[in-house]
Amino acid sequence: MGLKRPELEAKITNYLSPIVIVGALGFLGAIATVPQVAALIREQLQANLSATMAAVVAIGLGVGATVFLVTQLPIFLIWLERKVAGHMQDRLGPMRVGWHGVLQSFADGIKLLFKEDIIVKGADRFLFKLAPFLVVMGAFAAFAVLPWGQNLVVSDLNIGLLYVVAITSFGSTGILMAGWASNNKYALYGGMRSAAQLVSYEIPTALVILAVVVQVGSLNLQEVVAAQQGGFGDFTNWFIFRMYGLNAVAFVLFFICGLAETNRNPFDIPEAESELVAGFHTEYSGMRFAMFFLAEYGAMFFVSALTAVLFLGGWVGPFHSGPLSLFVKALLLVFVQMWLRWTLPRLRVDQLMALCWKYLIPISFVVLLAAALVNTASS
Amino acid sequence: MKQYFADLFGAVTSIAQGMWITLSHLFRKNETQQYLSDEKPEERWRSVIVPEGLLQDRSRMRLHVKIEDCIGCKQCEKACPVDCIDITNEKREKTEAPIFAADGTAIKQRVIQFDIDMSLCCYCSLCVYPCPTECIVMTPEYEFAETVKSDFLYRFAKEKPSPPEPPKEEKPEPVAAGGS
Repeated sequence: MGLKRPELEAKITNYLSPIVIVGALGFLGAIATVPQVAALIREQLQANLSATMAAVVAIGLGVGATVFLVTQLPIFLIWLERKVAGHMQDRLGPMRVGWHGVLQSFADGIKLLFKEDIIVKGADRFLFKLAPFLVVMGAFAAFAVLPWGQNLVVSDLNIGLLYVVAITSFGSTGILMAGWASNNKYALYGGMRSAAQLVSYEIPTALVILAVVVQVGSLNLQEVVAAQQGGFGDFTNWFIFRMYGLNAVAFVLFFICGLAETNRNPFDIPEAESELVAGFHTEYSGMRFAMFFLAEYGAMFFVSALTAVLFLGGWVGPFHSGPLSLFVKALLLVFVQMWLRWTLPRLRVDQLMALCWKYLIPISFVVLLAAALVNTASS
Repeated sequence: MKQYFADLFGAVTSIAQGMWITLSHLFRKNETQQYLSDEKPEERWRSVIVPEGLLQDRSRMRLHVKIEDCIGCKQCEKACPVDCIDITNEKREKTEAPIFAADGTAIKQRVIQFDIDMSLCCYCSLCVYPCPTECIVMTPEYEFAETVKSDFLYRFAKEKPSPPEPPKEEKPEPVAAGGS
């Protein structure tokens, strides 16, 4: 082919960007029709297979759909983050690859795939290789209990919230492991900071979750959503509007703790680039680095989705109930996370601890106590 | 205890204020600009004079000196923070014909050297402001990469004119001694 490189690039971007944009819109549409499709598939499975096989295939399809979502979503979120960051700083952000840079993340992904995979001399090779998988697992396994709609959940666990609190801590183990195995002082600092941060911020997170659990009386996420159904336009019963503003405080607390748990600004001290080079993933390159990146954005989306489930009605949306409602709410909260990232400066380590122990924990205790009292009084 | 709640209130209000500022910037027109080769791809690989209005008002590009207007006051040389301007003057003789800059200032010095090292230039534009005859300006030329560093030395002074030849003394034709 006699195409020169710039021409080839132009051809690729010209043909691919409409495909990607139409694909993204189609994705939104597909999300809206997931309940109907799922019901159809379930019917077919039950008609043609034995009960056990039907359950196995259904779970497999659910897992496949979730894995597809959580691996493809970061590609979009990274692009969104860069655009939001650019425009908040009066820049343009990525503009080169495709229409307004929509293909930028794909290009970056291909670049990361081709990069040399370096394991530093003196690293603990086994732990070094294991750490990215743990981090990704911690971020992605949590999606298993996220309810997307009526009967639309991969695993309808009775102890869903407990599972979430437990499984998200896995990521921090992975980060600490990555920091330790790198045999690098900056990486180790990053890992240690992450552990200290997570141990502190687990407490207010759990307390705020408990305040919701007190009102629902169940740890099942589907029941949390069910408790928020009804009311005008399906949104006046959301927890954020209940309890005389108490839950609004809880919502803010939970959102702050979510930021801290996903190591997002202003709580990104484990990877504080101006202090620690790149923090715990200093020594990682290529695909292993990409996995940390993937995990960060996956966790970001999950925390937003969980906030939406706990306080904003989950899939019970304003005037529309279904997966699309949850998806849009989560995306809005992700946008708020990005917005905060480009607004607030990073906290110092002592300020981070002071914020948690002096402010978040006492307030969340008060919220929990008040929620329990109000709930007892009203029932 | 009072301080505690005051701190909380301060944190909430200041974060809200900051978020409002960043949100307003999100919908503001961008300050930066795409590299112009995107808008004029046919002019990608050569230095171009960009049409008016294509660049932003405050853009600062390559310096240019209209050497005919330079009066050799050296104010730009003094203003330059990185000392990339080098000027040497020579006094013009009173007897020479008076010449004037475009704004009417009499040029009393002959500028025999006006060098700007664009590899040192920091594009601060500080040399442009003090110039009394507005002869040193920022042009919209943005693509002037060179492969040899010495090519960044821009010499604006004209070749030093050769000193006027002393008026020829009209030697009287030696009268031929031996007459015809």
